[in-house]
Amino acid sequence: MTDNQITPISADELLTNCQKLKNEDYHIVQICAVRTPDGYELTYSFALGYEMVNLRLTITVDEEVMSISSIFSPAFLYENEILELFGVKIQMINLDYKGNLYRIAAKTPFKD
Amino acid sequence: MHQLHGKVNLTMSILSFSKTVFHNLFSKPATRNYPQVPRIYPERTRGQIGIKIDDCIFCGICSRKCPTGAIAVVRETKNWSIKRFGCIQCGECVGVCPKKCLTMLQTYTAPNATKTVEEYIQILKPAPGEPPRQTAAAKPAAAPEQTPAQKAAAAADTSKE
Amino acid sequence: MSTRSVVPFGPQHPVLPEPIHLDLVLEDERVVEAIPSIGFIHRGLEKLVEKKDFIEYVYVAERICGICSFMHGMGYCEAIEHTMGIEIPDRAKYLRTIWSEMSRIHSHMLWLGLLADAFGFESLFMESWRMREKILDMFEYSTGGRVIFSVNKIGGQRKDMPDDMIADFVHILEGMEKELKAMSNTFLNDYAVKSRLEGVGYLTKQQAHDLGAVGPFMRASGINLDTRKTGYAAYANLEFEPIISTVGDSYARTDIRIREIYQSIDLIRQAAAKIPSGDVAVPFKGNPTGEYLMRVEQPRGEAIYYVKGNGTKNLDRMRVRTPTFANIPGLVETLKGCQLADVPILILTIDPCISCTER
Repeated sequence: MTDNQITPISADELLTNCQKLKNEDYHIVQICAVRTPDGYELTYSFALGYEMVNLRLTITVDEEVMSISSIFSPAFLYENEILELFGVKIQMINLDYKGNLYRIAAKTPFKD
Repeated sequence: MHQLHGKVNLTMSILSFSKTVFHNLFSKPATRNYPQVPRIYPERTRGQIGIKIDDCIFCGICSRKCPTGAIAVVRETKNWSIKRFGCIQCGECVGVCPKKCLTMLQTYTAPNATKTVEEYIQILKPAPGEPPRQTAAAKPAAAPEQTPAQKAAAAADTSKE
Repeated sequence: MSTRSVVPFGPQHPVLPEPIHLDLVLEDERVVEAIPSIGFIHRGLEKLVEKKDFIEYVYVAERICGICSFMHGMGYCEAIEHTMGIEIPDRAKYLRTIWSEMSRIHSHMLWLGLLADAFGFESLFMESWRMREKILDMFEYSTGGRVIFSVNKIGGQRKDMPDDMIADFVHILEGMEKELKAMSNTFLNDYAVKSRLEGVGYLTKQQAHDLGAVGPFMRASGINLDTRKTGYAAYANLEFEPIISTVGDSYARTDIRIREIYQSIDLIRQAAAKIPSGDVAVPFKGNPTGEYLMRVEQPRGEAIYYVKGNGTKNLDRMRVRTPTFANIPGLVETLKGCQLADVPILILTIDPCISCTER
């Protein structure tokens, strides 16, 4: 299954790749964040039918990322979760909860 | 004409509903009349953990395997305790015990206002004139006349293995 | 010019099985917009991978949700087994399939009861939960627990079902099929039920695709996808087709879930006929390294399990993308334009499992 092929991209290619996938009628499936010693790895997964395409973005702790919710509107839930739990700086989400999605007591608990 | 149609409709609905009424009047309830009728648990029900404390050798494997840390084993005082409300009845300890002294019982822990901890302490009382308990690695039985101190020392030796 | 008002819905509401909050913007009695708000039951289960090693974590994964409990454990185990290259025996695959399908029947019956309760039809609610008790008894008979089974482990299953037990279960399910026909007749043909469900909450095919809806919610709008067709566990050897409808309203979603119950009974019959004999588990050594994405069809939709190991006993990351998390944007879309009294029904038609959503 090609489910597990992950293509690395850089931060400026993110929006172009997302627009290309949107034109081919893919829809967003999940955005997963992993904390690495140097920063974060964001994995974006898109699907069409049974096929899944994964893009991986590796960023440092303070780097800012553009939101893809202007292209894929359901992405707001995933991006708000990553913002709140990991502290990744995602800009311009279409429905921004500003860190109050889960309303947990500790700030960015998954960052450490 | 309209009134006749209305009367026929009413009769039809009464007739079709009476089938349901009779069925409900004369059938048994769907629930068991607990507590007069006791609940019978099937064989594999995971209720709570039971232990035959006399067979336990206090190796502590069950305590290490427990995912929630509900079991605590103290070898020196021969104390095996379990937090009843921390146990998730997974059965890992039952599978891993080398002496097979842990079993999964079918009755659940009784509800309680505080979280209970049950302790089991092994007290060895060999009868006078009998040799100490034999285990696979034990030394063969000594002469029948042994003082209680020697018997206790021999029993402590076999449980340390 | 009608005035707009904002009405909060939830988290405490008699119709909701689990807490979710929606801010409804109303114009007179019509909902114009809805803003979802979750987070009442967030337990931080994904952070527990740092404390529990990957073998013990099965027990945590099972407890993400009470209704989809078996499939969470199964999805986690399958993801780890693929990472470590463990091949489980065929009998274990068939057992996983049988228990998964029984889980699906039990979840759909629970949902039917909740739906009947939502529009006030209490006796139908009790009737469907009475039938669900038979499945719970079957679970207790075979695994020892009614809700949390603890039969999954990495490398296979912890318990076996002897063949006569499986034959008994098929017999009980066939008896249940007959009773189900009478009950589904009420759900699908009763005048009062139909007037609450038909024509309420339309979602078109294009909207369902763009918003990323999954599960019966998506299949009711005409998208022909079912993750079981990708062939995990023993599904590659069983014959079935995804059940779809092209109407896209709440009635269609009810109809699809009822037909899925019949399909699950048929799948269990097929699996019971084909199950081979053999072991149910293989031993394994070592720690997981690398990463894997596993897709499983839960009763509510497609769930995606992502595990990442780094060679030690604790995993680096475990993430579950649950189906209700993907259905929330779709829910917000169906709420636009409906009456205030239809809001509880529409929330229930996505089959919300909020403890899965928030983990």
